[in-house]
Amino acid sequence: MSASGAGAGAGPPPSGGTGGLRYPSNKKTIYDRNLNRSKNAELSRAAFAYLFVEMISYAQRRVRGIADLEKRLNTQGYPLGLRLLDLLLHRSPTSTSSPSPQRPTRILPLLQFIAQTLWRHLFSRPADALERSEADAGQYMLFDNEPLVNQYISLPREMSQLNCAAFVAGIIEGVCDGAGFATEGVSAHSVGLEEAGAAGTEGEKKVKPMWPDRTVFLIKFKPEVLEREEILGRSGG
Amino acid sequence: VVFVLFIISKAGGLIYNREFHTGLSKLTSNDYLMLAGSFHGQACTMHAITKQLCPNPPTPANAAANAPNLAPTPFNSRATGIEVLESSHFRMQCFQTLTGTKFLLFTEPQQPNIDSMIKKIYELYADFVMKNPFYTVEMPIRCEKFDRGLDGFVKVNR
Repeated sequence: MSASGAGAGAGPPPSGGTGGLRYPSNKKTIYDRNLNRSKNAELSRAAFAYLFVEMISYAQRRVRGIADLEKRLNTQGYPLGLRLLDLLLHRSPTSTSSPSPQRPTRILPLLQFIAQTLWRHLFSRPADALERSEADAGQYMLFDNEPLVNQYISLPREMSQLNCAAFVAGIIEGVCDGAGFATEGVSAHSVGLEEAGAAGTEGEKKVKPMWPDRTVFLIKFKPEVLEREEILGRSGG
Repeated sequence: VVFVLFIISKAGGLIYNREFHTGLSKLTSNDYLMLAGSFHGQACTMHAITKQLCPNPPTPANAAANAPNLAPTPFNSRATGIEVLESSHFRMQCFQTLTGTKFLLFTEPQQPNIDSMIKKIYELYADFVMKNPFYTVEMPIRCEKFDRGLDGFVKVNR
């Protein structure tokens, strides 16, 4: 309140010159709000669903293919990841053992942060599984049985390779980049029907998939991150 | 037991039809479209047929007195379209949304809880059809989650 009072001596800000900052009648901007105020705030799922429909339509304009559409959704989520990293670290509960929030410096704590804290903040539940890929040491897999963003979306047959959770993949990429772990890319893939198909070929009847929307987020770290991880592992361990 | 569900768009085109009961006589897809068209005519407000079938609404006694203050709303004496059609073999209930989409549900004559069923179907429609980015409004409905939702809901009611 006092900060904006001091600046108000220069006169009211020009409309549009402040880049979209709203100045309601009580002269308090969004920067004056307490950061923890929206901690337990609720949001209508339908409101997000309609907004997401428009985001997908917007991304679909003049796009050349499914990969391009996923890339655009990824770009839409990236800035969210950067901001959420700082916000969630700021809000992380402080205890006597760790007086200041600890920024994750190793890969596994970072992934735990994403799978637990970030997921709980966004979807009110932790991610379902976190695995390291056997084929590629630098690739990690995060599973979500029922991504909230895909809840109302039924893909048409010609777009069955698309997974709109590419938006959430963008958020994850933003968090990793912001924390200093550069990635080659984070992508979202639907594995619900594959697993059912594999199980079904063994039995006689068609197996109904337990989680038809199950999505895996493939996080691939850059080689320098893996090098650093190895050095830290050797010296720290 | 629920027999069939039709959904008709505002323009009168059939955008969804689903049979839940085997053993009904088979209709070609053209037959379905014609049926939907005729139901649209019956269910539509201000349509020629229902307007003439509907008894004249009583004119408000103080219309002249209030005329300078309020414009007469078109909704007070509007004839709503057909709502229920009952026969010895089936019962048809029509639910019309505020935007003109009509849900026609055909059930057995003694089916209880039809209102709550229609409300639930409308809820499924609002969720899995309207919030689907790949669905164009007023086009035929091809949403897998809507079908699955109906499956789970109607089979349970059997």
